[in-house]
Amino acid sequence: MTGEYGAARFTVGLIVNNHHGVLNRIAGLYGKRGYNIDSLSVGETENPNLSRMTIVSTGDEYIKSQIIRQLSKLYDVKAAFLLEKDMSVSVEHLLIKLKINGSGNASVTELINSYGGKVLELCENFIIADITGAPEKIQAFIEQAKPLGILELCRSGALALSTGENHMLGV
Amino acid sequence: MILTGAQILIEELIRHGSTTVFGYPGGAVLDIYDELYKNSHRIKHIISSHEQGASHAADGYARISGRPGVVIATSGPGATNLVTGIANAYLDSVPMIAITGNVAVPLLGKDSFQEVDIVEITQPIVKHNFIVRDVNELEGIINEAYALAENGRKGPVLIDIPKSVQKAKCLYHGDFFPEWSPRRAAYNLDKAKEVIQASQRPYIYCGGGVLASGAEEEVLALSKRLSAPVGLSMMGLTSLPHSWHLNLGMCGMHGRYASTVAQSKADLVIAVGVRFSDRATGDTKEYSKRCSVIHIDIDEAELGKNIPRIIEVCGDAKEILTSLLKDLPEKSNPEWLQTINELKQKEKEAEDGDSAAFSPKNIITAVSRYCKEDTPVATDVGQHQMWVSQYFPFGSPRTLLTSGGLGTMGYGFGAAIGGCVASGRKKTLLFTGDGSFGMNLNELATAVSQKLPILIVVFNNGVLGMVRQWQGMFYSEHYSQTTLARATDFVAVAKAFGGDGKSIYSLEQLNSELESGVWGAGPFVLDCFIDKDEKVLPMIPPGGTVNDIILSREVR
Repeated sequence: MTGEYGAARFTVGLIVNNHHGVLNRIAGLYGKRGYNIDSLSVGETENPNLSRMTIVSTGDEYIKSQIIRQLSKLYDVKAAFLLEKDMSVSVEHLLIKLKINGSGNASVTELINSYGGKVLELCENFIIADITGAPEKIQAFIEQAKPLGILELCRSGALALSTGENHMLGV
Repeated sequence: MILTGAQILIEELIRHGSTTVFGYPGGAVLDIYDELYKNSHRIKHIISSHEQGASHAADGYARISGRPGVVIATSGPGATNLVTGIANAYLDSVPMIAITGNVAVPLLGKDSFQEVDIVEITQPIVKHNFIVRDVNELEGIINEAYALAENGRKGPVLIDIPKSVQKAKCLYHGDFFPEWSPRRAAYNLDKAKEVIQASQRPYIYCGGGVLASGAEEEVLALSKRLSAPVGLSMMGLTSLPHSWHLNLGMCGMHGRYASTVAQSKADLVIAVGVRFSDRATGDTKEYSKRCSVIHIDIDEAELGKNIPRIIEVCGDAKEILTSLLKDLPEKSNPEWLQTINELKQKEKEAEDGDSAAFSPKNIITAVSRYCKEDTPVATDVGQHQMWVSQYFPFGSPRTLLTSGGLGTMGYGFGAAIGGCVASGRKKTLLFTGDGSFGMNLNELATAVSQKLPILIVVFNNGVLGMVRQWQGMFYSEHYSQTTLARATDFVAVAKAFGGDGKSIYSLEQLNSELESGVWGAGPFVLDCFIDKDEKVLPMIPPGGTVNDIILSREVR
């Protein structure tokens, strides 16, 4: 029944018990049902008993609704909700190590500056920068950095909050 | 009161009404079994031959009693032997509490002797599972487990209790009942009522959710009010009495002709507690194009999962039907009922055969004459299961024990034991095949030691009949590994285990054995030798529609 509405990226927010094994249960559900995880981030909330996850997936309306409903059934899931693009803000964090030997130095710092990035480490042969922004912006930065020589990089996955006034831990 | 973990477990099992449990002892549950020994006057433990049998017994116990079945197994292999039984309960939404021992907490994660991570292994086949690392959590977890197993869509919950937690002591309260508040929006029946009023050919399709919710009377009332025929999924088979003239019986791949065809001709399907499984529904893409579908289910994730464009009503079936019936006007659909009668007539012509033949249908009919309305009937999986589903005249709800979702060969004997015990040791029937019986017949030992009056009717055709049927129809008669060529004498096997039995070759002989009172004292095997080319019909070939239905004679 997929494909009826066309596949698109969507973001799910989850409030879950902060307990060992919970990540396995969430990931296991995605695996069992054949849903894709494009990115996943998780961290403790202001309540140490609860964690918040942000999961980005690709799928049509059917998969979207199934994911929310199936996740809502899990014992450890306190709330599962869609974070629609026009009703939420989404940010990702990138740490990237770029080559700077020889002439590349100027263009590297220029690129980092143009994305509002911060330089965390400056060494003889490489630079470590921190870029924050919407996932599309991070992707664009990586594309532009490729010809300059990426040594390694690390992405946080999207973090998202709804722009509504809801207080999710009130669940 | 300060108690050990093992003592807390026993106290809580008793407090929740689980005074009969099934299981198998072992090193990592010694403390629990010591408490079972000391409390044997308050809680009865039935030992099986194999943990799988115990898990199916707990399942059968739950289906008959409507309360969670409890199974206990040791760590490692004891725990892994439960896996099929837990998956079976999960797929059929049967409430079950599975308790496993594990190695002491400091030994966890070190590949210790008989250690497996059963919580991880069973994760996709339970409603939830717990490992108890601190005895102070145990009491709360047991209560959560019962609440989870019994509420909402029912299912199995596993509690893994390391040996050190069984031995550790803490304060026991004994007064804890967790609150259960379903997380779902209120339903609205306006749209459903509108569609019902507009329909001319309504059809009610019932599944296991009707039984889980206890909505049998409401379904019957709805059928009467709307003059609507009722088709049943295999899981819903006992939700209406056989005698109700609009009960068309099972629908689906091997469903009754009238039931399956009527469903395809309906302009409205009111689906109650079903999940539109591929075996019951066939082509799901076309389904809601030809009719309106009102889908009532307690599990929101089932609504729209297999059938798109439905009217969703999420909640308890009994509650919803009661509210629906409140001000629903009567309907008479004379043309529709005429169509139903024609279909039933066609079905009768196709089914009528030689009444003296030693055929599956005649065997089931003969045995059913010796049953009461509330006789527990268990089946295994395969051709015989379909024949029983098609032909057995079920009279009252929750009398059938059969593996629907998982299709577990070997389920039947354990289930019959659990069902028999739950029924107060009523005469219990097990229909099985020679393939299925061969899988778990070791439970004859349990039935003998417990003196359970289980009549075991073996449809013995020397082949794995259902697979053979598919090989014959779709695999150029390549009977790969389905002709058993065994020399097992099930009657001798039954006797060796301390039971009894008879080989049966004709209907006449079957009747005279039944008449002579073989059913009663303990397990008795009626080993019925039938033709290996008996087929399960009607049949809708996989992926086909009702237009492709194959009937016994050339009736279409």
